Amino acid sequence: MPRLGKDLRQYLRVEMLPNVWCPGCGHGNVARGIATALDELQLPLEQVVMVGGIGCSGRTPFYFNVSAMHTTHGRALTFATGIKLAKPDLTVIVTMGDGDAAAIGGNHFIHACRRNIDLTAIVYNNATYGMTGGQHAPTAPRGTRSSTTPRGSIEAPFDLVELALGAGATYVARTTTFDFDELPRRIAEAIRHPGFAVVEVLTQCPTFYGRSNGLGDATAMLDYERDQTVPVEQITKEDLVGKLPLGVFRQAEGAEYVREYAALCAASRGAP
Amino acid sequence: MRLIQGNEACALGAIRAGCSFYAGYPITPASEIMEWMARLLPARGGVFIQMEDEIAALGAVIGAAWAGAKGLTATSGPGFSLMQEHIGYAAMTETPCVIVDSQRAGPSTGMPTLPSQGDVMQARWGTHGDRAAIVLTASSVRDVYEVTVAAFNMSETYRLPVVLLLDAILSHMRENVELPELEVVDRARPAAPEGFQPFAGQEFLPFGEGANLVVTGLAHAESGRPRASDGVNLERMLRRSRDRLAADAELISRHRAYRVEDARHLILAYGITARAAHAAVDRLRGEGVRAGLLELQTLWPFPERLVADLAARVEDVVVPELNLGQLVWPVRAAVAGAAPVRGLSRADGRLFSPAEMAVAVTERTEVVHAPAR
Ligand SMILES: Cc1ncc(C[n+]2csc(CCOP(=O)(O)OP(=O)(O)O)c2C)c(N)n1
Ligand code: SF4
Repeated sequence: MPRLGKDLRQYLRVEMLPNVWCPGCGHGNVARGIATALDELQLPLEQVVMVGGIGCSGRTPFYFNVSAMHTTHGRALTFATGIKLAKPDLTVIVTMGDGDAAAIGGNHFIHACRRNIDLTAIVYNNATYGMTGGQHAPTAPRGTRSSTTPRGSIEAPFDLVELALGAGATYVARTTTFDFDELPRRIAEAIRHPGFAVVEVLTQCPTFYGRSNGLGDATAMLDYERDQTVPVEQITKEDLVGKLPLGVFRQAEGAEYVREYAALCAASRGAP
Repeated sequence: MRLIQGNEACALGAIRAGCSFYAGYPITPASEIMEWMARLLPARGGVFIQMEDEIAALGAVIGAAWAGAKGLTATSGPGFSLMQEHIGYAAMTETPCVIVDSQRAGPSTGMPTLPSQGDVMQARWGTHGDRAAIVLTASSVRDVYEVTVAAFNMSETYRLPVVLLLDAILSHMRENVELPELEVVDRARPAAPEGFQPFAGQEFLPFGEGANLVVTGLAHAESGRPRASDGVNLERMLRRSRDRLAADAELISRHRAYRVEDARHLILAYGITARAAHAAVDRLRGEGVRAGLLELQTLWPFPERLVADLAARVEDVVVPELNLGQLVWPVRAAVAGAAPVRGLSRADGRLFSPAEMAVAVTERTEVVHAPAR
């Protein structure tokens, strides 16, 4: 594990630290994963833009030594789409919560998947609305307790991987904050992927989800993430009951929007 | 000379102003602007994209602006309502961009093909919180072209979202026009990217050009870093952008005065309504009534001094609007009792005729048509 102990400070906007996250929050693990991926890819940082939604997860871009755009709740992908189309050379990484991506921003999410535009969407799935105090999220399993489902949720959750696959994203992966070595690898693969790439990261919110559902502290929640998931390659039928598969679900070539648009422009040059 | 439609003139004005990015969602009566941009932009190396809704459209325009583009979106009432969240974001982040709202009768889906001037207040106050706003309008196809260029120029100069209000008639009307070359303004750039403070002044640097910027809809310092509990800082930033517009009030205020020198009765009109008002003035003059017209192209910031000065010289002021009375409020505030101010309203999707308007001036009525029973 060569990455342990590596000094990643050059990727961080250190003057913005400390961050807003609670002790033990998984969002810090995801941020570390992004920094490790940037280190692996060695991209010129002034050509990277991170775009965040609104939520604890949406704050991530502030902490990176790249251009940061903190946008509106659910709609980070719309800003990212404009940035990428207007300046295709930029690497654009979007950080969103599960409420951001799947509730208020669900429409933008599926359309970004459908367009297969070269963006990286990292969805921090803590199955709750952290920033606003632990309300129900559309990714939370049936029965989940939260401040707006005090007797347990009666709703079916979204499976973000299935949603992204169905909507046409060409790279789709799920990982967890428990898998601290796999997490940066998935993020790096997603950034490298020339199309719309979705990485769903299961992450712990000990402050709200953990407390409301009796899951204990952050380390106990990491164990819970481990126990509730199975690598997709090793999956058996029994595993699928109540467990989530992890891994890369699609890594495919597809017509990428920015390139398609450039071809359209080339073909229409000289038209009135 | 070419026979062109209002919406086409808007698209041509945008291209003339250097617009390089369009994102939108179709809606009557604005769709032709989008369709023209879909034809014009790719051949010129610009970007056109049809988004999934109007919130997304303005989000993409703002993102593109921070990547260096001049962006436009166009919509009508229902879409304009959806855009309000991102109009606030553009204001908070001092993002240059232009939003066209071709007004149709509302609320809600209303009367999609019929004109209205019902969004005058929404254009000013629709997003939450306070902000500096520029809202323009036009009354002819040629004006649409010129005012579109002006909208871009002002958004570039003052770094804010500028709203251009059209309406269903103006959008679809065709007129024979000459489209002049007009002066184009581009956002000022800092001398060097090092140490650039993106919210210290008018200068603007896009992403990827030497400085790692921070942009947020949270209240923020001049560096862009969030300052979400520093009320003194936020109020200072809000006042600063408002004062910037106040300092340039004369430059920003576009208007035309017609036969006002010796006028006893002033009609204050804007947009499509100004056309009938113009004809009404001639009609009244023919009858020996000394009427005059002040046509506003800049609705916000409201030209208080201009209106107050003219009102001080007349017996009364009439404000015809295709709504139940919106701009009449700031007119009343500006006139401040110097002359009686009468709103003349209709919200039935029809235009005022010059004859109706002339009668309303002489008979001192406030409604020109009886509601159907
Ligand atoms: C239009 C709008 N509606 C509601 C909110 C309030 N709000 C802020 S963050 C948030 C949810 C955050 O949850 P999630 O996206 O899952 O991110 P997390 O905080 O859990 O990382 C909500 C509802 C808002 N900012 N804007
Ligand atoms: S509230 Fe939850 S998601 Fe937000 S910082 Fe705290 S632990 Fe993390």
